[in-house]
Amino acid sequence: MNLLITLSALGILTMLGSVLKERSWILPLCVTGLLLASYFALAGWDMNAALFGMMRIDNYAVAFTIVNLIAALVFIFMYHETHVNVDEHLHEVFAIVLFSLVGVVVMVSFTSMLTLFLGIEILSLSLYIMAGLRKRDLLSNEAALKYFLMGAFSTGFLLFGIAMLYGATGSFMVSDIAYYLGIHSAPGPFIVAGIILLLVGLLFKVAAAPFHFWTPDVYQGAPTLVTGYMATVGKVAAFAALLRLFQLGFTPAIASYQSLLAVVAVITMFVGNLTALYQKSTKRMLAYSSIAHAGYMLIALMASNNFASGAVFFYAIAYSCASLIAFGVVAILQQSDLGDDITAFKGLGKKNPVLAITFAIAMISLAGIPPTAGFFAKFYIFSAAIKDGWVWIVALAVINSFISIYFYFRPVIASFMEKGNDTPVLAGRTTWLLLIILVFIILVAGIFPGLASGIL
Amino acid sequence: MVAILLLAIPFIFSLLIVLLPARQSRMVTLSGTLLTLALAVFAFIRFSSGETEQLLFNIAWVPAFGIQFNIGIDGISMIMVLMTALLYPFIVASTSKTEIINPKAFYALMLTMELGLMGVFISKDAFLFYIFYELTLIPIYFICGIWGGARRIPVTLKFFIYTLAGSLFMLIAIIYLYFKTPGDHTFDITSFYQLNLSAPEQVWIFWAFFLAFAIKIPIFPFHTWQPDTYEVAPTAGTMLLAGIMLKMGLYGLIRFLLPVAPQGLAAWGNFTMLLCTVGIVYASLIAWRQQDLKRLIAYSSIAHVGLIAAGIFSLNASGVQGAIIQMFNHGVNVVALFYMIDIIEKRYGTRWMDDLGGVGGQMKRLSVAFMVVMLGSVGLPLTNGFVGEFLLLLGIYQYGAWFAAAAGLTLVLGAVYMFRLYRNVFLGSVKDHHTVPSDITLTEGLIIVPLCLLVVAVGVYPSLLLNVSESAVRQILQLVNNSNLSLSAL
Repeated sequence: MNLLITLSALGILTMLGSVLKERSWILPLCVTGLLLASYFALAGWDMNAALFGMMRIDNYAVAFTIVNLIAALVFIFMYHETHVNVDEHLHEVFAIVLFSLVGVVVMVSFTSMLTLFLGIEILSLSLYIMAGLRKRDLLSNEAALKYFLMGAFSTGFLLFGIAMLYGATGSFMVSDIAYYLGIHSAPGPFIVAGIILLLVGLLFKVAAAPFHFWTPDVYQGAPTLVTGYMATVGKVAAFAALLRLFQLGFTPAIASYQSLLAVVAVITMFVGNLTALYQKSTKRMLAYSSIAHAGYMLIALMASNNFASGAVFFYAIAYSCASLIAFGVVAILQQSDLGDDITAFKGLGKKNPVLAITFAIAMISLAGIPPTAGFFAKFYIFSAAIKDGWVWIVALAVINSFISIYFYFRPVIASFMEKGNDTPVLAGRTTWLLLIILVFIILVAGIFPGLASGIL
Repeated sequence: MVAILLLAIPFIFSLLIVLLPARQSRMVTLSGTLLTLALAVFAFIRFSSGETEQLLFNIAWVPAFGIQFNIGIDGISMIMVLMTALLYPFIVASTSKTEIINPKAFYALMLTMELGLMGVFISKDAFLFYIFYELTLIPIYFICGIWGGARRIPVTLKFFIYTLAGSLFMLIAIIYLYFKTPGDHTFDITSFYQLNLSAPEQVWIFWAFFLAFAIKIPIFPFHTWQPDTYEVAPTAGTMLLAGIMLKMGLYGLIRFLLPVAPQGLAAWGNFTMLLCTVGIVYASLIAWRQQDLKRLIAYSSIAHVGLIAAGIFSLNASGVQGAIIQMFNHGVNVVALFYMIDIIEKRYGTRWMDDLGGVGGQMKRLSVAFMVVMLGSVGLPLTNGFVGEFLLLLGIYQYGAWFAAAAGLTLVLGAVYMFRLYRNVFLGSVKDHHTVPSDITLTEGLIIVPLCLLVVAVGVYPSLLLNVSESAVRQILQLVNNSNLSLSAL
């Protein structure tokens, strides 16, 4: 409860404070507030506090909340540093981020379908606004509108599915639905339809094929750091919600949707990786790569054993760190007027070796090569799948992994093996420090995965 | 203690390189690799005299998964470790005349690669083995990609993706085997040996491992990445690739493929033996036609390792022992050959055979050294190559006489292309009459002479190495025979 109150109050304070003339206190307030919220989240560990019967802050919720809070913290620092002199609505952006975090907390800790819907909507509305932050940029407006229209449409599917499940089971509570499914071995048409509609709605949020068509345009149009936020917090929270729903609610009926998930996972991976091969823009490449990563995580969803939540959690950490680094570096390159093409990376190894090395490590982690966290995350997911006997899916995932190396290495090759122009590339001090910390996390999680793998 | 030091020393020295100024990078690397060599020799002496406790090290790494940081040196690993530790100072010293841009990165990458290579040879935990196996790819990719020759970007990317693809399939097999271990699963290699897998399972596990190692070694037809990569890599990179890195694949065959999937090997053994022999003849014929010296040695390397792989697949003590000692010998020979080709290229400005000639008259000492190593590569008795090839052919003959006859062509064809090289490059008339290059300098001699001495020493007294690996080889073959026996008894 404290967690939600802190975040909401923080959001409102920031929003009101952005009206004042003297606004330099807002960043410290946000940071302190987020740290306080993290403390409250951690204090809820092993407590299983139930809130109004609609939410339960269990370890799963705490773990994913912390990941998202830290990602939001990184985003706020980076956004502040790059926009403090440029954007007069800077602190309103912070308010929106904080409100979205409220949605995140609700999404990862729900026990009722209504709270799931509530959380998704809070997060999504915030993300729609953030996508359209650059009011005068056509691409940004297109991104926001596209995201909003398709997002609202998919939320319609979500609600339809919830209604179906309510009609079939008589309750909004996820535990009641699980009980119902446990009793009735053959799920009726309402249940199956409800599950599939819910799946469609959530797969949209996660950007899995064939519901991924909004992702490249929205990711490219939105301001780069906002894209980083969407790709990390947006995706991780949506995935946490999806996994939670299916683990808590639908496990008894898993046979009815497992093959469907398998097909979706395989299509997602291939669509994401194969299309990313052809991208010239780094942002679009990262967008398609994030689609592919959703595909890898869906494999864990298919395997409904005890490895699944730990695997997705570890994957979320590895993927978030690498994505934040990637989008952070692209944002810095854009600020140095180099554009977001892959050619912007030419000669980065000489111009700013630290940036080039951190970006290279992030790419290596996303490709899943030891000794980075990304490798262990993929390994964890593959183990979860093989344990249940899904060896073919893992073979396909492996094929996708080495297809992905091709496009992950393109910026790395451009950084170290090609000559660039003379435009200097400078990173602000906070961003620089954050990038190094994130790289450190990737390497430590890769070399000592035991620190994070046993948590869930 | 010793085992963990073998890993710690390259790691610590690579950190030192980053901290110390660039002028000292080569000296620091050299001292690090010499220290590792001293340690490896110490371990070798200990091992030969039977004291093996110091060579083990085992701590829990990821307990939730049953992954242990479990390293240890047995007979086979000992020879591989010795080879790696021995070749590294030579490889580092060979860069002394080259102008290396950004030396700190270069030498740090080389030492990281030594860490990975050592780790592969001493891992006793399959997950750890995999991590080190992949770990070696990144340094060599950057070494070839940044300091390589023309066309290095597409060639090295192809090498990277091709090799990684194979090893990812190996990862699936390893995870599958992990879940097959009883109780609280473990990645320990010895527990993989004790699994009772059904024949169909063993077949696909065989293929998963074979794919990974066949690409790495390379075995025909997975060799297409090799000639280009060896050609565009900087000389130190080629030496690392040919001298040490490909041995990881051969080592993997002995350590994993033979004991874990013997049924698969029984089903597909003839096919793989055929691939190896075809590769030997095919690569030798292409080497015969090569004009570029580096590509010639690259193709000859495919032929030689094809023979080694065939020896491993022959499943008898001569074959596998021959394979292990030939791995050592091939490492020594190929490093020496590539180094001398590099010397020629630096002095004459070309690697093209048609543009070279009469080098023997101008660089007498180099021609003598090249003759020695060349004879070792060809397999003249009293050289190291002969010992290995004899044992290998003996082993292959016990498997199948026709295979041995075809593989024996390697002796003939090897002599053909190597003597052709010698005649065209060292004998004959000088093509370019402008300057007379100087003969080998002291530094170059310090690298070449010990290698030549090794060629002869191992040829004359091979039991120094053979004795070390014998019991480990017998153990592995025992495992293969036991599982074949138990299935035929059913």
